[in-house]
Amino acid sequence: MHELSICQSLIKQITSVALECSAQRVTSITVAIGALSGVEAELLKNAYPIASAGTVAENAELIIEALPVRVKCNQCGSESDALPNKLVCKKCGDWRTTLLSGDELMLMSVELEKIQETKVIH
Amino acid sequence: MCDTCGCNITHGNENLIRPGGKLEKTESGKEAVTVLHSLLHENDHTAQHNREHFDQHNVLAINLMSSPGAGKTSLLEATIQQLDDNIRIAVIEGDLETENDAERIRKHGVKAIQITTGSACHLDAHMIHQALHNINLAEFDVVFIENVGNLVCPASFDLGQHQNVVLLSVPEGDDKPAKYPVMFRTADLVMISKSDLLPVLDDFKVAKAKSYLRDIASVAPIIELSSKDKSGMPLWLDWIRQQVEKRKKHLEQSVD
Ligand SMILES: Nc1nc2c(ncn2[C@@H]2O[C@H](COP(=O)(O)OP(=O)(O)OP(=O)(O)O)[C@@H](O)[C@H]2O)c(=O)[nH]1
Ligand SMILES: [Mg+2]
Ligand SMILES: [Zn+2]
Ligand SMILES: [Zn+2]
Repeated sequence: MHELSICQSLIKQITSVALECSAQRVTSITVAIGALSGVEAELLKNAYPIASAGTVAENAELIIEALPVRVKCNQCGSESDALPNKLVCKKCGDWRTTLLSGDELMLMSVELEKIQETKVIH
Repeated sequence: MCDTCGCNITHGNENLIRPGGKLEKTESGKEAVTVLHSLLHENDHTAQHNREHFDQHNVLAINLMSSPGAGKTSLLEATIQQLDDNIRIAVIEGDLETENDAERIRKHGVKAIQITTGSACHLDAHMIHQALHNINLAEFDVVFIENVGNLVCPASFDLGQHQNVVLLSVPEGDDKPAKYPVMFRTADLVMISKSDLLPVLDDFKVAKAKSYLRDIASVAPIIELSSKDKSGMPLWLDWIRQQVEKRKKHLEQSVD
């Protein structure tokens, strides 16, 4: 199970964002995961409470967005949805495709709580 | 900061993941900060750093991955015996426990460093970086990294290698690329190992394995190899020689 170590590096990143933004608490975290990232959303969710215990991100809501697997055909150029183990072109059936999305493993955003309200200057 | 590195955003997925703005006030008065960073950012940066170490010394790094017992160490032993003497080899061994594999390599008079990961089911770039402190890269041409036997976790962690070789042993069955697409997609070369068993385990169809690999859009060449009867070894040794040459050329060009 590598989700725990990935979760720990997630917590590290969140902690440094919180620190640099002088936030007291992280209330929610949004992560995007593709089916070809090698990470299971469920396992990441299970690892989260362990990895976040005692950090600014403890008790934050972990929101996981699933990104679709999409390929672009190297032969006919069309783009189509695909399955993780069937990355062939839907249009012409060729197997020589390039992955457009589906292998992401990304921290999208964090929601922070600050004690002081900062004014946003436009 | 609250800055965006965007190292994981490509033309292909941009429209899916680019959100509205960088700093958004949410209704509750909380602040939402857009980060857009790979969760493996730290590992990937260390991996790149390792790659620079290898490149500085003109060393080719090959990461061997497979399920437990598919024949990685046996392949390395056969390779050590047959590869040209002027290609100097070192081996980094990753296992949960024991020095067994490193000892097997050392018996052949080759430098081997054992990393025991304890509970971690994969090697990561930091472990390799540690190991590199114990190898004088100037003395070697190729460093083989034998990853922890596991078809899932090692696939996510870049180590700083130049090439990934994934072994699929005949007893495992020909459908493994369909079951472990993430792992097999990382392969620059797929080795069908224990090929001496093909006549006995005749439900393993090499053509079937190939077609599963095509289904995951893999362009990796496939070599059937047996460390036991040594068939396929010449192809494998040639592949290594080619990669060594390619590296040299690549580095010469980047110097000019
Ligand atoms: N028949 C046959 N057996 C092999 C071959 N290569 C390895 N084996 C056997 O498979 C078993 C495992 O081989 P190893 O080389 O230790 O496999 P490994 O992938 O290094 O194993 P781990 O490091 O534990 O994951 C041993 O009993 C080997 O003798 C081969 O080409 N043919
Ligand atoms: Mg081994
Ligand atoms: Zn097509
Ligand atoms: Zn970056």
